[in-house]
Amino acid sequence: MMLLQIAANAHPLTGSVAEWVWLLPILPFIGFLINGGISLFSAAHIGPDDPDMGHGNDSPPDTHSVSDAEEHGALGDDHDAVKPHRYAGIVSMVGPLVLAASFILAFMIFSAMRGVSMETPFIRNYFSWMPVGSLQIDAGIQLDQLSMLMVLVITGVGTLIHIFSVGYMKEDPGYPRYFAYLNLFVFFMLVLVLGANYPVLFVGWEGVGLCSYLLIGFWFSEKANADAGKKAFIVNRIGDFGFLIAMFLLFSNIGVLDFAGVKAAAPGLAFGGALVTAICLFMFLGCAGKSAQIPLYIWLPDAMAGPTPVSALIHAATMVTAGVYLVARSSFLFSLAPVASLVVALIGGLTALFAATIGLKQWDIKKVLAYSTVSQLGYMFVGVGVGAYTAGVFHLVTHAFFKALLFLGSGSVIYAMHAAYHHTGSHEDAQDMRNMGGLKKYMPTTWLLMWAATLAIAGIPPFAGFFSKDSILGATFERAGHSTLADASLLGIPGSTWLYLIYVFGVAAALLTAIYMTRMMIYTFHGPNRTGDQEQSHLHEAPWVMTGPLVVLGILSVFGGWLNLPETVPIGPIGSLDRWLDPVVGDATKRVAEAGSEMSKGASNELMLIVIAVAVAIAGMAIAFTRLKPQSLVKASESPEEEGFERVLAHKYYVDEAYDAVVVNPTYQISRNVLWRGIDAGLIDGLLVNGSSALVRGFGWVGSRIQSGAVGTYAWVLVVGVLAVLGAVTLR
Amino acid sequence: MLAESLALSALLFTIGVIGVLTRRNAIIIFMCVELMLNAVNLTFVAFSRYYGAAGQVFVVFVMTVAAAEAAVGLAIIISIFRHRQSLDLQNINLLKG
Repeated sequence: MMLLQIAANAHPLTGSVAEWVWLLPILPFIGFLINGGISLFSAAHIGPDDPDMGHGNDSPPDTHSVSDAEEHGALGDDHDAVKPHRYAGIVSMVGPLVLAASFILAFMIFSAMRGVSMETPFIRNYFSWMPVGSLQIDAGIQLDQLSMLMVLVITGVGTLIHIFSVGYMKEDPGYPRYFAYLNLFVFFMLVLVLGANYPVLFVGWEGVGLCSYLLIGFWFSEKANADAGKKAFIVNRIGDFGFLIAMFLLFSNIGVLDFAGVKAAAPGLAFGGALVTAICLFMFLGCAGKSAQIPLYIWLPDAMAGPTPVSALIHAATMVTAGVYLVARSSFLFSLAPVASLVVALIGGLTALFAATIGLKQWDIKKVLAYSTVSQLGYMFVGVGVGAYTAGVFHLVTHAFFKALLFLGSGSVIYAMHAAYHHTGSHEDAQDMRNMGGLKKYMPTTWLLMWAATLAIAGIPPFAGFFSKDSILGATFERAGHSTLADASLLGIPGSTWLYLIYVFGVAAALLTAIYMTRMMIYTFHGPNRTGDQEQSHLHEAPWVMTGPLVVLGILSVFGGWLNLPETVPIGPIGSLDRWLDPVVGDATKRVAEAGSEMSKGASNELMLIVIAVAVAIAGMAIAFTRLKPQSLVKASESPEEEGFERVLAHKYYVDEAYDAVVVNPTYQISRNVLWRGIDAGLIDGLLVNGSSALVRGFGWVGSRIQSGAVGTYAWVLVVGVLAVLGAVTLR
Repeated sequence: MLAESLALSALLFTIGVIGVLTRRNAIIIFMCVELMLNAVNLTFVAFSRYYGAAGQVFVVFVMTVAAAEAAVGLAIIISIFRHRQSLDLQNINLLKG
């Protein structure tokens, strides 16, 4: 009888392969230990033939730097001097294999989950991490449909990018270090999505931030790269401050921090109350930092200083989407706070549009993609902001596919460009699109695959991005007509108006996305080649170890939309992802969508919205094709500077300069003049430390004057003292 | 009667103090110290009339100590004189750093 009861109460996954879920993050961690060990070992034992010797920055494929140029001078044109790392063989096996193993395990667990119906998450607490009074935090793993999806994306795309890196980084002297960081990143990312409570999630959150910092500054011997890493780290700390405050508020008001506990207690919070709104807004500040939203987006474009596969994995596919994941994970809170949700959607919409305009005028191929990423992250926040959590996560997944493909494709292009310039010893910029052009002839595979990704991101059906972007825009339009958000008001303007505005932002950003992506493709792959006459013969397609992952991502970019087809486009199973994520975000979605007053019945015509979206995407591409003239472009070193508004765009609205003037320099000045010179050197060192010693020395000097050694004086003092005491006693 | 005795005692003590403070000759200072001791003795004796014999017992103690002190003190003074050929306290400044 007892056994039966236990069996009835047990989770359907008990005893299944899901019990091995702890191994998912541990596998990459083992990879980190092995690769890190190799890195340290080889750094300590440098052999005479080692590429590590002498110059740390031997040949990073996509820096185009002064030090690189100096190296050319030292080595001449002897490009054969660059050798793979001594232990490259082991590292190339360990790095991708641990990820592949992790992916296979994830897929097995996923199959087990598909076989059972699970309404509650599968939670395993391994040990008590922080038992402090009423604060009881366990090191726990929570497996549910959302975290499973994230794990599949992280390990799947991660494996592909690891394989790509084997080719891309093969000549880098820091090869084992690179894979150690990359494995460590995947470990922390899996901790982030598998954590069963906010503090464990936060550990992953900070860990991926650390790995991001390490990998942005991977070629740290150049100051600009190291600075970019620091910038990312510091901007993220601002966001993390908000996340911490949100956790403190949760703990002080609810008393628990695990997702299940907060989810159970959340309905007890006042709907739309100040508390839940504050928690959500502070949490969103964390998301804005991690996921590069206004006003904290500035670090992501600079993060392109890292190796291109890092940009693909960390700064496009996984880490930067952690904010979206957090909002979806906390949907039980955000659905209670319509004002906060409106803010999320509004910031997302603004960021999507703002970043897209900057992307129009960038010449660095990676910068275009970076602003595109910021813009697409904005879309995701519109999705989770308007309470279409599945749509936001859907876009997260498809974006991981096509943006990883775009970054890896650009990596492949940069690899070819760099190799060509390396051959001739030229110092031109290998990432500047003005130096490319006509690469279609030299790298047809990359060209084809990148077009697939471009069509996906531009929203051309039936590519992946079309379905996910359309579901976000459709949900926004629908929510404007009928939802709790539409009933709320922000800054005195009704939520419905805001949502229509956000929809317009989204459509405008879609137009711009189509334009700047097509522009990138035209300038890179079409028109005449501007690389240089000598270099042209050295341009060639990347090796199979790099194009292979591209092909897989290309297939995913084309067919990713089948994950969640809308009812209006019945070309396969409809709404698979909706059903899959329903146990996690279903209640929250209903709370947003199925409450509130009917404002405009029948206003949302889904088919019409799809037509608009497609028309906008095609219009954008048409504009780019008709207006842009790759024939008239000249090399980067000969190009004049832009004029007027184009210059403002090329300089990214001077936001970095404005932040420098308003935030960075005042902080620097205050730190230097007040905190350092005033408080540290003046008050603490000067007054307190040196002051107290001066005081004691002064007293000592006075005391030494009194000790004259003249006995007569002592007698006088004695008598005066006695008289004073007697006087004090008697005259009292 | 007590008042007069105490007044005399105070006068003697004050003379002793002033002598110690103002004179330079070590012998005179020494004698002034003796004067102060005896002024105190006088006070003891005066009070013993009212408060019992304990004061007189103390006087005996004081005189004993004074005798011992006189022996040691005079020995020191003689020793100093042998070294310096002077008893002027202005010249005795070994304590000066």
